[in-house]
Amino acid sequence: MNLCKAVRAMFAASTLALAAGPVLAELPNIAKPTPDKTTLDYGLKATKLAGGWYVIAGANDDFSQVNGCNIINTGFYVDDAGVYVINTGTSRLYGEQQRALIDAVSKNKPVKQVVALNLHPDYFLGNQAYPTEALAATKLTIQGIKAEAALYETNLYRLCGDWMKGTESVFPAQTIAPGKLNNFGSKAIEILELKGHTDSDLVLFDPESKVMWAGGLVFYKRIVTTPHAKLKPWIESLKKLQAMKPKVVVPSHGPVSWGGEAIDQTLDYLSWLDKRLTDAANMGEEMNDVMKQGAPERFRSFAAYPAEFYRNVTNLYPLYEKQALGGF
Amino acid sequence: MMFSGTKQSINKMIPLGVLVSSFVLVSNFLASPVLAAPAELGAVKGDLTGGDPLGSMQWPDMKGQFFEADAKTVFDSRIKVTVPLFAEDAMNVPVSFDASALGNVKKIVVLVDRNPIRKVLEFIPEKAKPALNFRFKLEQASPIRVAALTESGVWHVGYAFIEAAGGGCTVPGATRADGSWPQTLNKVAGKMFDANQLRDDARLRVQVSHPMDTGLVAGVPAFYIEEMILQDKNKQVLAKLYPFEPVSENPLFSFDFDKKPVGPISLVGRDNNGNRIDAKVTQ
Repeated sequence: MNLCKAVRAMFAASTLALAAGPVLAELPNIAKPTPDKTTLDYGLKATKLAGGWYVIAGANDDFSQVNGCNIINTGFYVDDAGVYVINTGTSRLYGEQQRALIDAVSKNKPVKQVVALNLHPDYFLGNQAYPTEALAATKLTIQGIKAEAALYETNLYRLCGDWMKGTESVFPAQTIAPGKLNNFGSKAIEILELKGHTDSDLVLFDPESKVMWAGGLVFYKRIVTTPHAKLKPWIESLKKLQAMKPKVVVPSHGPVSWGGEAIDQTLDYLSWLDKRLTDAANMGEEMNDVMKQGAPERFRSFAAYPAEFYRNVTNLYPLYEKQALGGF
Repeated sequence: MMFSGTKQSINKMIPLGVLVSSFVLVSNFLASPVLAAPAELGAVKGDLTGGDPLGSMQWPDMKGQFFEADAKTVFDSRIKVTVPLFAEDAMNVPVSFDASALGNVKKIVVLVDRNPIRKVLEFIPEKAKPALNFRFKLEQASPIRVAALTESGVWHVGYAFIEAAGGGCTVPGATRADGSWPQTLNKVAGKMFDANQLRDDARLRVQVSHPMDTGLVAGVPAFYIEEMILQDKNKQVLAKLYPFEPVSENPLFSFDFDKKPVGPISLVGRDNNGNRIDAKVTQ
């Protein structure tokens, strides 16, 4: 009798644990990549998050030959039917090594869908490793990729050297419409198409595990990149993400964050930057001066500071200047 | 990132080491001549560089091309030339210079050694300080020269070195990022900024809508502002500016004044197609 009770108690306990299972109690230790330039091995590692999601973390740094230009966080989800991939990295080799890692973890399940969260090169240049029919992105992202792929290839070949060998862009064929993701496994995922970092920033949110793939809208402990950015819409998008109260946020660059901390931090930087550029333009400051003054102390420890901050000013300040002068 | 031509041309132009090092240089922001110039070059190189502190073997050629045969030139670090640590956008490289330390300056010429079109602008300060801020297109990493002619007839040459990955001047389709210029050609926007905690002088910022085509992109002829004359309320000339092809699209210039000019300030000028600029800059 006691044994039965004990077994039933254990069974109840484990069911309870399973029911509470999907949501993480704390952030696991996220494995870092260990690239080897001599063998062109990115040293990719997959870390399990909640709800069947895995993250493949990139280095928190600027592009360099030492890190293989792998500074992007990619990921995947495995269910019974197959694997669903988020972002394919910066080169053909990355895509192939990512695929090999995924095959090992999923035990060679078929890859059903590969989503690029925006048009930037490290989101899609590994596409060669995957079946073309599985490649998907929003309409605007696909347009952007087609328009800019050649320029990205040239720039990354120059920056990353041999790591880029044999990389050629493969454009996604499937269009994702916001709201629902077809064929993303057994999960009911919320898909939001927002804007600000680019004209089409895709965010995937798993309401069950509260894991959020925030893409380029969120950077953590890393200065944001702004080649396509519009600060005010970006700030609005981040407020929407805050309201969803995720438990785990995977940014495009930088470590995985617990709760909304990464969203809050990105919002802090962008709000500061917007005000700084507005004030500078209204005081008649010139671009060199704005760069020279730098950013407040709390941002100076971020990866890619000050170079990326200089890029922010270069990309964005002309618009503020023009507005301060009254435009044409 | 940097615009560029074909993969081949980039590999020919810039060794990768230069680009990687430009990302590693994260200490001092200001690329002063002392910080930016490679340590091992200098006057010791001797005659081949004509005494150029930046050690550019193009200096003697440039001197011959842009100054009279009997012109006296002297390198002068009292001319402050400020450039960014690296040219993130080669089509819009910000440069500031200030030759006030020389006293009275009659004329300033800005030259870039390794641009296909070397002369960037000429500036006659008149009532403005011999100081200017502007943006221009840079083809590849290069010295930049700010040569100021004083009343003694001597050209004092200020200098700096700008790091870049190249492709600023000859990228197809990237010479005019702003396609709206037919509607706004030669329209002017501007504002006078009073002295503030950053600056003892009044500053006038003026922007003109213009594609500023270099003529180096196949099929697109050179089309750029040639003359800009700033006038005060009484039509007194405040400054004269003669931009050339390398000045950036929709150019924005900052002029500084010891004594704030009396507005409304107006701008007259023309581009190389004879289109006139004639507008009020400030109310």
